[in-house]
Amino acid sequence: MVCALKKGAFRRYLFLNVYMAASVLVSIGRYEVLSHSGFESSAYRYFYYYSDSVLTILLYFALTSLYAHVFGELKANRFVRLGAVILLAGTAVFSYAVVQQYNSRMLTHFVVELSQNLYFVGLVLTYLLWAAIMKMRETRAQLVQLVLALGVYFSLFAATYALRNLYPSQSSVFLSLLQMFGLVLPIAWAYAFWRLSMDERIAPARLAMVPR
Amino acid sequence: MMPAFIFVCSITLLLQFFVSYCRSLIAASARQPLSREVQDVTGIQKNASGEDFPRVIQLLHLCPESPDDRTRIRAVGAYFGMLNFVRSTVARLMPSLRSWTEFERAQCAYFAAVTLERRIAFSRDMLAQQMDG
Repeated sequence: MVCALKKGAFRRYLFLNVYMAASVLVSIGRYEVLSHSGFESSAYRYFYYYSDSVLTILLYFALTSLYAHVFGELKANRFVRLGAVILLAGTAVFSYAVVQQYNSRMLTHFVVELSQNLYFVGLVLTYLLWAAIMKMRETRAQLVQLVLALGVYFSLFAATYALRNLYPSQSSVFLSLLQMFGLVLPIAWAYAFWRLSMDERIAPARLAMVPR
Repeated sequence: MMPAFIFVCSITLLLQFFVSYCRSLIAASARQPLSREVQDVTGIQKNASGEDFPRVIQLLHLCPESPDDRTRIRAVGAYFGMLNFVRSTVARLMPSLRSWTEFERAQCAYFAAVTLERRIAFSRDMLAQQMDG
């Protein structure tokens, strides 16, 4: 956020910075709850999962704003916004259908499920955005790096949550991994804002795994 | 079943994004020429080879760290490790993949040499500031 402000990219990537500001506030909140109630307390667990859900939704909208940047020239922003809301609602309905079996603490189960599903939906959407960047030959280096960093972040989280569901007994190990992976996005975005100017260009075809 | 499917998809896409991200980090340095001094120190005249990478990284560790390149070096170091793994396993069976890994490893070495150049300049600036102070 500080890097974006210093480089004059704060308003240009407003949703990304709103997400970063929210994650700083959430981290402070988590630390407060952790120091007062302890790691094993239900207060911390509730705060952790509910705040994670809010952050995931904010990140989802940050991703939508990147779509708006890529498709901005096609004047498709209204459709992007509408599509994002419909997809979010669809994910929420699917998550509700999954947690319906639980009789107690259904809201908590719903929040956790929604968060995990949104990571996977976010990953698929980031991949589609990356495909669009390649197809449309988008050359803005800063935008390309922001999208790629988001892709790495979403895939790390989606993979870790999937492993956690496969091996629930190792849940604490995967939670620790998630804390570490949480650093990826702020570092990569800070680098993109700090080191790359808005005019810097890159040929995305050179970045593909299979040379084009 | 569903978590296993999500896991496989996520790892596949992670690989795709990670490779593209590292290539975007390396791409900027590929256009920068090396100074005569760095060419002499690293032994890289025009084209680097993958074998140069560990040596250049050792030289990098001799220079004071500059905070903004630390993360990039780690990311590209991880990418180089991944390329080595592919080279010694799957690429043995696929010649086209082997030449691709060789090219990428060379790009990593060139990136490290450009970073070395920046660190030397950074160290000189620091020294000059200390002398002035």
